[in-house]
Amino acid sequence: MAYHSGYGAHGSKHRVRAAPDPPPLFDDTSGGYSSQPGGYPAPGADVAFNVNHLIGDPMANMAMAYGGSIASHGKDMVHKELHRFVSVNKLKYFFAVDTAYVAKKLGLLVFPYTHQNWEVQYSRDVPLPPRQDLNAPDLYIPTMAFITYVLLAGMALGIQKRFSPEVLGLCASTALVWVVMEVLALLLGVYLATVHSDLSTFHLLAYSGYKYVGMILSVLTGLFFGSHGYYVALAWTSSALVYFMVRSLRTAALGPDSMGNPAPRQRLQLYLTLGAAAFQPLMIYWLTFHLVR
Amino acid sequence: MAFTLYSLLQAALLCVNAIAVLHEERFLKNIGWGTDQGIGGFGEEPGIKSQLMNLIRSVRTVMRVPLIIVNSIAIILLLLFG
Repeated sequence: MAYHSGYGAHGSKHRVRAAPDPPPLFDDTSGGYSSQPGGYPAPGADVAFNVNHLIGDPMANMAMAYGGSIASHGKDMVHKELHRFVSVNKLKYFFAVDTAYVAKKLGLLVFPYTHQNWEVQYSRDVPLPPRQDLNAPDLYIPTMAFITYVLLAGMALGIQKRFSPEVLGLCASTALVWVVMEVLALLLGVYLATVHSDLSTFHLLAYSGYKYVGMILSVLTGLFFGSHGYYVALAWTSSALVYFMVRSLRTAALGPDSMGNPAPRQRLQLYLTLGAAAFQPLMIYWLTFHLVR
Repeated sequence: MAFTLYSLLQAALLCVNAIAVLHEERFLKNIGWGTDQGIGGFGEEPGIKSQLMNLIRSVRTVMRVPLIIVNSIAIILLLLFG
């Protein structure tokens, strides 16, 4: 009887210990267990007693091994499917930020005119993560700015007594659709102009997402200082963003090896950069003017 | 202009349909955009026109069967839900 009752309780404990065996599903830092296969602590003799019973029981062994293999197989399958669509390592690069980088980058987005060196730094042909390089694009600021913009839009509409919950979802999906269309148009432009650089989809997504910071600033100024403040902030953030985009994309589009491109291709790239930069103020105005009346 | 994600999907479907409908023999050759007319030298720069022609041909090749499926789904959904 002691054997059966101990089997139920300690069976689950033993399964928890054995499942992290080859692929550790989680770092078990609770005090009682260690994550090594054979390193069971010895809290008492009864644990060892029941463990011996379990090791001796072939059915429990088979069940444990089967469960562990199913768990690892499921984990591999999920990882494989995820890796087919989104390269998680590349995505992790864009979120490797810290507070100093975010603060400096926000200041750069608002006032880029005094920044001297716009080149993205590389270490052995691999671009440095945003933590170590101010010029590297990141996806943290655009994501946070997008969410803040949606919340701010809801608040602005609420101040004007035009709020309803559907409007929030509509605003979010409209902004998302515009971002997707802009990224697709930029991808098409990059493909047609055969720009040989390491501008991946996520880079373009990051650069498109920086306009949300300008949008937030314009809407905030419009809420505090009325319509005139909105237009002043719109002009300031638009010009700052255009300058930022042109300087960043010109160095980013050249890539790590800046060979001299033939003249027509360079002109195409310049037109693409200018078009992308000129599109930003239009989008800022379009997505915010209905919030500030 | 309020978009939903569904309207984005519809617009994308219509655009891809429009690209896939361009017939190689009857239309593209007559305006000089056939894929056998465009491949210039093996120099460095493909140029916009040959990139566009490659894009059209690859969209036609790759998306033929998935477009059939997605169009059928869209037709059924529109018939059912308006």
